Order: sequence, then structure tokens, then C-alpha cells
Amino acid sequence: MTSKKTKWGALVAVGVLAIAFGWLIYGGLDSNVVYFLTPKELAAKGEKGYDVPVRLGGQVKPGSVVWDDKALDLRFAVTDGTGEIAVHSKGAPPQMFKDGQGVVVEGRYGRDGVFQSTSLMVKHSNEYKAPKAGERPAEMYKSLMKSTKT
Amino acid sequence: MSPVNTNAFDPPKAGPWVAIGWLSFAFFVFTQVFAVMTSPADAMMGHLQKMMYVHVPAAWVTFLAFGIVLVASLYFLMKEDERADLLAASAAEVGSLFCGLTLVLGMLWGRPTWNVWWSWDARLTSTLVLFLIFVGYLALRSFVEDPQRRGQWSAAVGILGAINVPIVWMSVRWWRTLHQIQSNPRGLSPEYLRGLLLNVAAFTLLCIWFIQRRYVAARYERAAEHASQAAALGGNDE
Repeated sequence: MTSKKTKWGALVAVGVLAIAFGWLIYGGLDSNVVYFLTPKELAAKGEKGYDVPVRLGGQVKPGSVVWDDKALDLRFAVTDGTGEIAVHSKGAPPQMFKDGQGVVVEGRYGRDGVFQSTSLMVKHSNEYKAPKAGERPAEMYKSLMKSTKT
Repeated sequence: MSPVNTNAFDPPKAGPWVAIGWLSFAFFVFTQVFAVMTSPADAMMGHLQKMMYVHVPAAWVTFLAFGIVLVASLYFLMKEDERADLLAASAAEVGSLFCGLTLVLGMLWGRPTWNVWWSWDARLTSTLVLFLIFVGYLALRSFVEDPQRRGQWSAAVGILGAINVPIVWMSVRWWRTLHQIQSNPRGLSPEYLRGLLLNVAAFTLLCIWFIQRRYVAARYERAAEHASQAAALGGNDE
């Protein structure tokens, strides 16, 4: 039978561990983990921002998408409203990729001012809406791919 | 020598739980079919939106199960009632199952929509940490012989693990992530919201039923454990 004293000792120990653990996770992640930089932040890094593996996040700048379906070559600009950075990517864009869409790209920012992307990810919103009358999601994708051909 | 005394153990009655189990499964099948059949394709992601009806409820009941672990573990540490320890263990097992399911379903949803199976953002990473802590919790239980110690140690780990739940929930707001923030009813077309809420209800019923079944099994296991210990110590004297 455990005494009252050890019981409360165990509770206090758990409490202390819990706080330490929470601090470790929250504090640790907060200072070290920035999942992606905005175009403005990446540009502000200056010299240190070039040629290092980094993630860049923002919206696809409307009208900036240039898609070459023969060479599977994709160029577009990522913007956060204030700054923008040109991105070059190989391969077909994901289905949800389009003007104004949130994206995160992994790669390196070159000294020529073009971000060479090795992985293109779509960051979509938390809203889910049925299409308006006459819209068909699959056709929207097809028409996008046609319209961005050069 | 008399046979091992089992009178001390009063097995929990199945009662209405058999019926609740069948009804939960039937309701789950209904809500899945209903949600998929009645919702149109999403304007952005098309029919991939249907993943919502399994991924989101799985995540919700993961939080529910680990919440039960938290409450039962605290109760065990204060009252030393072994039934609370067994309830915590049962909820941890079911919670781990749904947490693993949430991760796998999320990956299946992420590949066609985000274009990647996995990315080390705060939401995905913290969910994986949550899963691993509870896998560790279950492993710990199988390593500790003494039921009293096993209960106390696993209660400590269970409480630490459950602290992760609000971190996972808030991760999409505290840090920049690939995962979008929580949807709210205003951001969902009504035909999606209806199917989602029905499926959350169905998953909740199933989760509670799983935990109850596992808890009954755990009570039997514990009774057998006590009996074999009593036998090893030279019979039941009381």
C-alpha cells in the first residue's frame, strides 16, 4: 500500500515532467521551426538566403504561370502581397495548382533571382464549397492546363 | 487445495453493449454511404473532398480517446483504483489505432491534394509524436511486471502524452504549416457539414464501443493476473 506522501510525490513529479515536456516541445519548435519563409523574408536574408535548402511559401501570382507541356517545364511567381520571387519547377503541376493558390516549394534560391524548386506542394484553404452551376472540377483542371500552355 | 478463487472478480456485464456494437457499425455504414452519396464534388479538390468523412472523424476520436486516458490516469494516481488504470490502457490502445488511421488517411489525402505523402510541418510532426508516445505507452505496459508500478508509470506517460493533444490541435495556428487550419461550419457547404457531423457521431460511437470491449477484456486479464500471482504465492488464503 502506497502512503499518501508518495502518492502526492508522484503527482508532483508528473506535473514537473509535464511542464518540462510542454516547454521542450513548444519552446523548441517555436524558436527553431519555421516551416517556410515568405518571399519577403527570403529576400531579406540577402547573401545567406542563396543556394541553401529552404522552403518558400505564398500564393501563385495570378497571370505569372508559364507551363511548357513538351518540356514539362513550369515557371511562376510566388507572392505574399508585398514581395515576390520567381520559381522554376520541373514536372507537371499538382491538380490543385492554379492562379492565386497557396503553395510551398522546396529547393534553393539561386543568385540569378530564380528559386529552383525540387518539390512543389499545394497549401489549400480550410473551406470546402460545392461548385457553382456549370462548373465541373475536372474540366476546370483541364481548362487550366490548356490556358497555361505556351 | 481449492481451485483459484474467482469470486473476487465480478465480470462486467455485456448488457446492452452487444446491441450498441451492432447499431454503431450499422450507423457507421449508413453515415459513410449517406455522406458520399449526398455530397457534390468540391469546387477545388473534386471528389477528394470525400476523405474528409474518414480523416477528420478519426482525428476527433483520437483526441477523445486520449482525453479519456488523461482523466482515467489522473483518477488512478489519486485513488489507486485499478479499474481506472485498465480504462486508461484500453483508451490508449483504441486511441493509438485511430491516431495511426488519422496519419495514414491524411497521407492518402495529402498525396493528390498537396502533392506529397508527408512533410515535416508542425501538424504532421506533432501528430506523429503523439502516436509514438502512445505506442511507447503500450510497450511500457508490457515490460513492467508489477501491476502497481505498471499503473503508476503508464499513468505518468499517459498524462504526458495527452498534453500533446492541445499542441496538435493548436499546431496549425501556432506555427506556419502545410496543413490548413481547422475548418469551421461557415467554411463548409451544408451538404459537407451534415455528412461530416454524422460521421463524427458514428466514429464516436464506435470508439466508445471499442474502448468498452477492450476494457472488459482487460478486466478479465487482470483477474487472471491476480489469480496466477495468488497461486504463485501459495494459494488464496483470504
